[in-house]
Amino acid sequence: MTTLSVNGNTLTVGAEPDTPLLWVLRDELKLTGTKFGCGIAQCGACTVHLDGLPRRSCVAPIGSLEGGNVITIEGLQTKEGRALQKAWAALDVPQCGYCQSGQIMTAAALLSEIPTPSDADIDAALAGNICRCATYVRIRAAIHLAAKEMGA
Amino acid sequence: MRWTNHVSTALTGTVSRRAFLRGLGVGAGLVVAVRLGLSHAQQSGAAAVIRAGDEAATLDAAGFVSIGTDDVVTVLIKHLEMGQGPYTGLATLVAEELDADWSQMRAEGAPSNAALYKNLAFGIQGTGGSTAIANSYEQMRKAGATARALLVAAAAQAWGVPASEITVSKGVIRHAGSGREARFGELAVQAAQLTPPAEVKLKDPARFTLIGRDGVPRLDTPAKSDGSAIFTLDVSHAEMLTVLVAHPPAFGARAAAVDAGAAQKVRGFVDAKIIPQGVAVYADGFWAARKAREALKVTWDESGAELRGSEQLLAEYRNQSKQPGTRATDRGDVGKAREKATRRLQAEYLFPYLAHAPMEPLDCAIALKEGACEAWYGSQLQTVDHKTIAAVMGLPEESVSINTLLAGGSFGRRAQPAGDLAAEAAAALKALGRDASIKLVWTREDDMRGGRYRPFTLHRMEGCLDKAGNITCWDETIVSQSIVKGSPFEAMIKEGIDPTMVEGASDLPYRIPHFRVSAHAMEVGVPVLWWRSVGHTHTAFATETFIDELLAGAGKDPLRGRLDLLKDQPRYAEVLRAAGRAARWKGAKVGNGRARGVAVHKSFDTYVAQIAEVSRGADGLPKVEQVWCAVDCGVAVNPEIIKAQMEGGIGFGLGAILFDQITLDQGRVVQGNFNDYRMLRIHEMPKVEVVIVKSSEKPTGVGEPGVPPIGPAVANAWRALTGKAVRSLPFTSPARPAPQTRSV
Repeated sequence: MTTLSVNGNTLTVGAEPDTPLLWVLRDELKLTGTKFGCGIAQCGACTVHLDGLPRRSCVAPIGSLEGGNVITIEGLQTKEGRALQKAWAALDVPQCGYCQSGQIMTAAALLSEIPTPSDADIDAALAGNICRCATYVRIRAAIHLAAKEMGA
Repeated sequence: MRWTNHVSTALTGTVSRRAFLRGLGVGAGLVVAVRLGLSHAQQSGAAAVIRAGDEAATLDAAGFVSIGTDDVVTVLIKHLEMGQGPYTGLATLVAEELDADWSQMRAEGAPSNAALYKNLAFGIQGTGGSTAIANSYEQMRKAGATARALLVAAAAQAWGVPASEITVSKGVIRHAGSGREARFGELAVQAAQLTPPAEVKLKDPARFTLIGRDGVPRLDTPAKSDGSAIFTLDVSHAEMLTVLVAHPPAFGARAAAVDAGAAQKVRGFVDAKIIPQGVAVYADGFWAARKAREALKVTWDESGAELRGSEQLLAEYRNQSKQPGTRATDRGDVGKAREKATRRLQAEYLFPYLAHAPMEPLDCAIALKEGACEAWYGSQLQTVDHKTIAAVMGLPEESVSINTLLAGGSFGRRAQPAGDLAAEAAAALKALGRDASIKLVWTREDDMRGGRYRPFTLHRMEGCLDKAGNITCWDETIVSQSIVKGSPFEAMIKEGIDPTMVEGASDLPYRIPHFRVSAHAMEVGVPVLWWRSVGHTHTAFATETFIDELLAGAGKDPLRGRLDLLKDQPRYAEVLRAAGRAARWKGAKVGNGRARGVAVHKSFDTYVAQIAEVSRGADGLPKVEQVWCAVDCGVAVNPEIIKAQMEGGIGFGLGAILFDQITLDQGRVVQGNFNDYRMLRIHEMPKVEVVIVKSSEKPTGVGEPGVPPIGPAVANAWRALTGKAVRSLPFTSPARPAPQTRSV
């Protein structure tokens, strides 16, 4: 049994300890905004925040998360998150949309650390998040826009 | 958005119209169906309206447009939304003629129903070939215009005024004389009682307020930015089992026996069954299914398997390329022109198998209850899948229904002419031998090693120049695999040529007097498929780099040299000029460690020119700094989506030419995941500037045409920078024997 906080709710999960957080979120808690893309921490579609930092939930065994504080896209209520979602809409970033939860979670963590990131900062933070539709031009522009709106 | 309404836990069998209306939300009033014939030519068919509350009506008569008493206009979209934008594009067409306010528009995926939702370019329900806007342009506008006519008639009746005095704008119906006005929702129920007009007049394009305008945002963005959009993987029903299938290690092998002893010890394991596709493992949740699958001991029968490796295939393709192939185009006298040539250039081009690798690996939710089978997934060829499920389940087609969900990318992967995914899901369901609900999930490795690749292809080319530097002959032999042979699309093969092998080469637009393209279709047991832009993925690269070398050989500028050969091809020429203007083209050499390359290509009736500026990256690969792209897709329905599709197509194509190949070692696929089949990442994405060429031609698609030119544009720039011609893809493939090139 593992006790952890997910989006502010304290839960006790009975899944086998080796079960990745991703599948606890999706199959048990029905929080399906966090996606499965590769299972080996190569694509970032499964990105959540664990204790405030971006984490690939597909390789995070639930047994290692006792007492952890997990935020998923459904629970992203920070000012960075809201600014990003607004910017995503303003620039129509998503195409298929499947990777975008992970993109936004990673970008939100970036903005909370660096409120006005440079292109190089964005590259360094987002390089682990694949978008197969290659919406990268708009992801970059939307992060800059969100940063600008937050600073305004 | 109300995506979740599709994911009903109820098994309704044939979806009733009432269920359809429920799916659209409360208080649906007016539902409009525009019945159309088989082809564009018959698009003047009469409209039909189904009255609200008509119990007997079924989905057969449901339609495209529903207007609720809550003022929401919902458009059922007959094309799979996989990122390319049909939810927004088709809803725009309806909203334009309806004079709706964009904020009241919603989109939902249409269920499987070929009679109503067929692609007018195919004759069956399906999405592909960048046809969504092209085949829906009049149909969806008529649906919108019919709904508008009914609302106006209802207003005229209610207010006792002539219909001709009524105007509609941004979702409000007005009669200026009496000062009456109403929103759509207030008149939807009355409008549903009326008989629709047999003919409706469509707007003069000069009066468009949504088509071609900026500021028409995608309808699916909010749900795709907060995690609420429902993809197949997100479908969840009570008692649903997750199914993973252990697939054979080589194409064509079959499971002979399975020992599930160790798998039974995995908590959550339910069952394992041999099915034609392998061994289906049923479990409570993904993780249990995956662990149980790993614990299976399967004996594979490889007697019918394809066991050749990539090097052996290459040798066979190379031998075949030296034999005369089936002629796709033959004009002038190539043989005689070759004898007269002062210079000849020969080259061999190699293109690897490519996986589509959409972000959402293949998946399908399907359930059987009391003789009715219902599926929920991103089906791209619903009619094929529908028939496949019925056949596998042994059910009449009326007992099968498919709810079309959003797809997390596809790029062709989900448009399976043999209904592979549907067949596997149905086989797994049937093997249980009881009523059940399952979700088949493929892992990334299943998808990467699951075949249905862009075919491995070889082009053998020869071109001739005369003394003055004119290109006098062109001889191209393409060795590849047929995508459509043995599939329901086999009728596409004409005079021995599968057009998906030669498209973009056999119709080369350049004025070359002696011109020949031939093809060899190889028999290989590796299943192949259309991959975003299909044959153009290789023909654009081979033809646009080869022409570039011939022009260079004649001392001509890549841009002006092409224009000289395109004097009777105004749409090709205009996109080239537009890209050149955007890039302020002054030649391939730009100094500062950078160079530029040009390519122009038409695919799916859309013309795209791209200019790429590259430098030498730290890894020895081209670093693409910027791309200027000009596109002519006829009437530009949604300029932002067109630009986004060009940007995305450039990134998609660039990743493939730089990094990607599927190779075989004794029939085993070597690559398995994103660690060894690498995707383009954000720091590798160039800046992109897109210019949309103004056009009043019929609209054509944009999902695929942005892909073909990027490869040759980058390769041409790379040659200008380094002097090295790129003849074998990907750029990162050092293992292949260097193909021979010689000038004679």
